[in-house]
Amino acid sequence: MSFTTMEQLKTIGRELAMGSQGVWGSSKEFLELVKTIGEAKSKAEEERIVLAEIESLKRRIQEPDVPRKKMKEYIMRLVYVEMLGHDASFGYIHAVKMTHDDNLLLKRSGYLAVTLFLNEDHDLIILIINTIQKDLKSDNYLVCCAALTAVCRLINEETIPAVLPQIVELLNHQKELVRKKAVMALHRFFQRSPSTVSHLFPAFQERLCDRDPSVMSAVLCALYDMILVNVKPFKHLVASLVSILKQAVEHRLPKSYDYHRTPAPFVQIKLLKILALLGTGDKAASENMFNVLGDILKRSDSTSNIGNAILYECVRTLTSIYTNPRLLQNAAEITAKFLKSDNHNLKYMGIDALGRLIKITPECAENHQLAVIDCLEDPDDTLKRKTLDLLYKMTKANNVEVIVERMVEYIRNISDNHYKTEISSRVIELAERYAPSNQWFIQTMNQVFEIAGDLVPQKVAHDLMRLIAEGAGEEDEDADSHLRSSAVQAYLQILKEPKLPSILLQVISWVLGEYGIADGSHSAEFIIGKLCDIVATRPGDDKLKGYVVSAITKICAFEKAAGQTVDLIPECVSFIEELYASHSTDLQQRIYEFHAVLKLDRDTIASILPMDASCEDIEVDKDLSFLNSFVESALANGSRPYLSDNERRGMGAMTTLASNNDAGTSSLLRFQPYEKPSIPEPAAALVTASHYSQDAIDQHDIYSSTITVSTSSRAPESSSNDGTRLKLEGVQKKWGRPTYTPEAQVPKNPINISDSVKVSSSAAGKEASSRNSSAPPYTERKQPSQEISAEKKKLAASLFGSKAGETKAKPAAKLQQNGTSKKAPAKPTSPPAPAPAPPPADLLDLSDSLPQIPSVDPVDQLADLISVDSSAATSTTSLVEQVLDAGKVATKGPSPQASLQKDSVSRQVGVTPSGGTNPDLFKDLFG
Amino acid sequence: MIRFVLLISRQGKVRLTKWYSPYTQKERLKAIRELSALILPRGPKLCNFVEWKGLKVVYKRYASLYFCICVDSEDNELDGLEVIHHYVQVLDRYFGNVCELDLIFNFHKAYFILDEILIAGELQESSKKSVSRVISAQDTLVENAKEQASSLSNMIAQATK
Repeated sequence: MSFTTMEQLKTIGRELAMGSQGVWGSSKEFLELVKTIGEAKSKAEEERIVLAEIESLKRRIQEPDVPRKKMKEYIMRLVYVEMLGHDASFGYIHAVKMTHDDNLLLKRSGYLAVTLFLNEDHDLIILIINTIQKDLKSDNYLVCCAALTAVCRLINEETIPAVLPQIVELLNHQKELVRKKAVMALHRFFQRSPSTVSHLFPAFQERLCDRDPSVMSAVLCALYDMILVNVKPFKHLVASLVSILKQAVEHRLPKSYDYHRTPAPFVQIKLLKILALLGTGDKAASENMFNVLGDILKRSDSTSNIGNAILYECVRTLTSIYTNPRLLQNAAEITAKFLKSDNHNLKYMGIDALGRLIKITPECAENHQLAVIDCLEDPDDTLKRKTLDLLYKMTKANNVEVIVERMVEYIRNISDNHYKTEISSRVIELAERYAPSNQWFIQTMNQVFEIAGDLVPQKVAHDLMRLIAEGAGEEDEDADSHLRSSAVQAYLQILKEPKLPSILLQVISWVLGEYGIADGSHSAEFIIGKLCDIVATRPGDDKLKGYVVSAITKICAFEKAAGQTVDLIPECVSFIEELYASHSTDLQQRIYEFHAVLKLDRDTIASILPMDASCEDIEVDKDLSFLNSFVESALANGSRPYLSDNERRGMGAMTTLASNNDAGTSSLLRFQPYEKPSIPEPAAALVTASHYSQDAIDQHDIYSSTITVSTSSRAPESSSNDGTRLKLEGVQKKWGRPTYTPEAQVPKNPINISDSVKVSSSAAGKEASSRNSSAPPYTERKQPSQEISAEKKKLAASLFGSKAGETKAKPAAKLQQNGTSKKAPAKPTSPPAPAPAPPPADLLDLSDSLPQIPSVDPVDQLADLISVDSSAATSTTSLVEQVLDAGKVATKGPSPQASLQKDSVSRQVGVTPSGGTNPDLFKDLFG
Repeated sequence: MIRFVLLISRQGKVRLTKWYSPYTQKERLKAIRELSALILPRGPKLCNFVEWKGLKVVYKRYASLYFCICVDSEDNELDGLEVIHHYVQVLDRYFGNVCELDLIFNFHKAYFILDEILIAGELQESSKKSVSRVISAQDTLVENAKEQASSLSNMIAQATK
């Protein structure tokens, strides 16, 4: 044997030793890879290393006759690479091949790799089905398990039938492990396509009585999902589920299911979830549960995390099933305990539980005012958001201002679009539902637009414009115009800020156009200048330009109608010139209309664009009687008389028929395509009159919204020769088909709120009036936004000092009437100091005084609570230690030595775990 | 239901990922990036939950590793926390004082163990004993294979002496 071969053999031997017996059971190359990645200084370097690895794997994996063991190693490296976020799709097929291997070790690795690589809709899955089918029949239960695990991940709706019969068979396998996985697989099938397993409900129920608890708990997962879809077929299970829960609670399941000394907590939680579903709105079923629920509340220890998980789940169940006052009382106590805890997790759960409780007993929120405010002020974002959720649930007319202010403040500071959208939509909802005044509503909306901008749906902007236009919906014109001029003022103020969202600018343009010069405090030039500034900030926004042009049109029209001349400022002129050649037909049309309107005489303008008429109803002359003279003159000039749609169709059919007869041979073939276009017509024809008039209304609406024409004023105008397009429109309606009306304009129409006004005018009117009937007129109102902070200070002072700012504390007073005054002194959290002072008012108004609370709140008040907590802490640690000690006996080596060894080896290899100093994962946790 | 399991180190390096709902590679990367940015800077005293895109992510830090699971918004967070702890305890039992290196180099074993604890996004086995039993049953088969390999390498080693 030559020297070189010896060397080669040595290397092979070393590699094999590394590969099979290496410290971590991995090959040297893999260790190298991990090491270099671990040492990479930057993301780019890491990227480079991984890409190089991919290249080499790509090359080597395609070599012929790769030994199977080597292949496994390559595939594991692919998994690793893919885990780091790179594409390893070139190797998928090899992973699939590996699942065909007879060696279980390789097969298992193959399955692992494919479950990690492939989504259930991947093309390669079809190649695995056959293997899975074979493996499901295997004698070796481990092979079965591996296949079942893969089934859960890979089988999609189409392939379910291929494996279903075998899996159903496995439900009766002798090994509990296989039965359990078969149940899980069927559960997965149910999620994918419920109908495929719907016939198996009895089989599931049978497995519920399996002698092995793990199979039973797997069935519970499936049951939960099934009951979620439909409760009915499972009602009869209540009694047996309750008895299972009872057994679990009474510690009758095998000891190995204990977790931190709590008997089978995961099973308990699952059962509680199911019972919550089954007991919803069902008194009889709920009564069955009360006993065991009470038992759980009594037995669960609130010192361990898992005990609290059960308690929380229990509260959830109690709040969703038929109510039992006694148990609800217990639930409230648990919630209180959560809220008072120092642990943030428990506080979070407490807030959530409180949110559920107040749905049933709204008054219980008042006991926890301070805790809630604490959470709201907490630096923890998660907790804050959860608290906002809670506040959203408990918003009433009397606290809406403060809560909305909080929410607005919160969205001002976050950047996550998902939650910005969600919370701003909540703000809008609350504001719409509970707004104390229109002024406040408008201000709130402005804030929301400013912050959330284009995340707000368009409808909200329309509603806002409608509100400004309609005002109070009462006869109080003074109040309305006051509202409008204050809106104009506010918007002029807002315009000074840079970077406003488009939707807000649209609203501003509309309001300035309608009401900018209404109260006479601003000149037309000034407003037009502002409007031009708006356009200048967003040059590419056609929609906004449309709004601005309409606004300018209106202002010019108002000015002319008032007998004044309008001198357009240079920017405006250049803006307009530009639009004559705009690519947007909508803009072009607007600008031509603008031009046409300006040419008209004073009276006509006044009648087509009256001041403040955006929400006047437009009366439509359905018969188009104003066109009669025109029609007559046309007839006199020899035009053909108008045929109604019916007549015309009759003729059309006849002509088709005639032409068909003429065509002779090809009649059958040609008949179909000619017939088709007339098919949709009959339905329309039946309602011709209303149809056309409806169309006319639409047409008018487009008009009314662009230049606010009122029909009555239109009659003379359209008969004159000047307003060409208007007349054409009418003519088209009369004689033409309704197909070519400029529909495209409708969606682009900036101010189509008049539509919505019409549709919902009655409802809106009611809403507005009801909103306003509860609110005093604006003239007596002060600026809320400035007022609130002052109010709060006063309230805080009244709470912690002796000064009573009662006169201004309106919302507070309301809440006091609600019964807080009676309850607040009794609540356990409230510090003794404020007791002699006036009772706490609106819970949120306390927020400013928060920092003072701890100083006033004596610790000894909570001493017993804290002592419980500390004992809880110690007992948990000891518990953990015990568990760990128990674990250590069974583990492979004494811990310090093992970790030392690992440490030294890692140093040899040169890999530093990202943790740095302490490779021992459990050290800080378990001491 | 658990949407995915994610193990990231304090430096944001991914140690293990398991997706129970379909996510494309792009979405996965995005999720990992967003969640690392969300979770890693959080202080030790804050709560172990973060809301993320209408879902909730429950996380727990063990030494330098963050174990995160993403659950539905209606799920019990404390329960999720205990699922994590359960997994870690099983890992600890298996590796004997588990450390990050174990998970780096034996990530496939960590996957096998995870497969025995969670399946299709649900907790399938809450008994540590059963999990250990299955894993060791599977390992004995692996051990057999190893013995063959090591005997071969011994032979080579002896031949080259």
